[in-house]
Amino acid sequence: MVMKVRDIQSEFNLEVAAGGSGLDREIADGYCGDLLSDVMANAGSGSVWLTTQAHQNILAVAALKELAAIVLVNGHGPDDDTRARADKEGIPILLSTSSAYQLAGRFYKAGIKKKEE
Amino acid sequence: MKLFKGDLHIHTCLSPCGELEMSPLKVVKEGLAKGLDFIAICDHNSAENTGAAMRAGAKLGIHVLPGLEINSVEEIHSLAIFDREEQAMRMQAMVYAHLQGINRPDIFGDQIVVNEFDEVERFDGRMLIASTQLGIDAIVREVHRLGGIVVASHVDRPSYSIISQLGFIPPGLELDAVELSCMSNTESFLTDNRNFKGLPVITSSDAHLPGDVGRRYTSFFIEAPCVNELRMAFQNKSERRIVY
Repeated sequence: MVMKVRDIQSEFNLEVAAGGSGLDREIADGYCGDLLSDVMANAGSGSVWLTTQAHQNILAVAALKELAAIVLVNGHGPDDDTRARADKEGIPILLSTSSAYQLAGRFYKAGIKKKEE
Repeated sequence: MKLFKGDLHIHTCLSPCGELEMSPLKVVKEGLAKGLDFIAICDHNSAENTGAAMRAGAKLGIHVLPGLEINSVEEIHSLAIFDREEQAMRMQAMVYAHLQGINRPDIFGDQIVVNEFDEVERFDGRMLIASTQLGIDAIVREVHRLGGIVVASHVDRPSYSIISQLGFIPPGLELDAVELSCMSNTESFLTDNRNFKGLPVITSSDAHLPGDVGRRYTSFFIEAPCVNELRMAFQNKSERRIVY
């Protein structure tokens, strides 16, 4: 079954902060990280990305790596620049008060993981 | 105009990671001993020891610029450098208003405010090593509004640098320069990146120990060691320049 951003948004009751036009993007995997240099090097395409980093550069990284969506965890929120960029790129930013560890566990359990070759 | 050797990134005993012996007076004496023409004092998120260093420097004959090494919400370190203590104090006020937590000297180290006569004034209780709630964009804007310059710290390092935290320098962020750490091979870096993403490159000591002061410095061909002249050197204006 293909999981879409919309599915995790409703399943885990995540707030859509921006980029709502991209809710039908498909999720292939997940990634956690707050250092953008690391995410650029290691995140797989189609990943839902869990981070506390809210600087607008996250949208450039998400576009570059073709990530499905960004989830700001631990109650972090985007500023206006970041929101505007997400709307423009159509990359959803979802919000959660859970930690990256907790949320990643739930996502994994729900079946978000890289398909075995 | 002439060549001025400047080490723009020196910590004192106010930084929790700075050695106890790094008093403002000691730092100034080390700068002189190393043949530097000017230094900038940049403690983590604080400028409390800059006035003492400026007064000690004025007495002993080395120019001291007051600064702070600010830790942004993205955990980017950047140097905010000014001409006058009052400007640095105004920047410090903004930083303090966005800084939380109490220092744990047993874990992070003491934060000591020392006057120009090497007398301990007090211990600062704030968690100066922590990140502020200020975004890098807001920091750059405020430093410029106050008349200072912003240099992104140790961009070659894998932690607390704008590159490690944000992946690349955000377009439109008006940094004045970037700094290479003392760990870098400046020569080979400069061969490939004289203008790092279009920004001028300096190198400095990031000294936490007296012996480290001046282990790296940058030579500026300028009229005088002040912020306006540094800015012109960064921009290659009116014959001012950085000499590598």
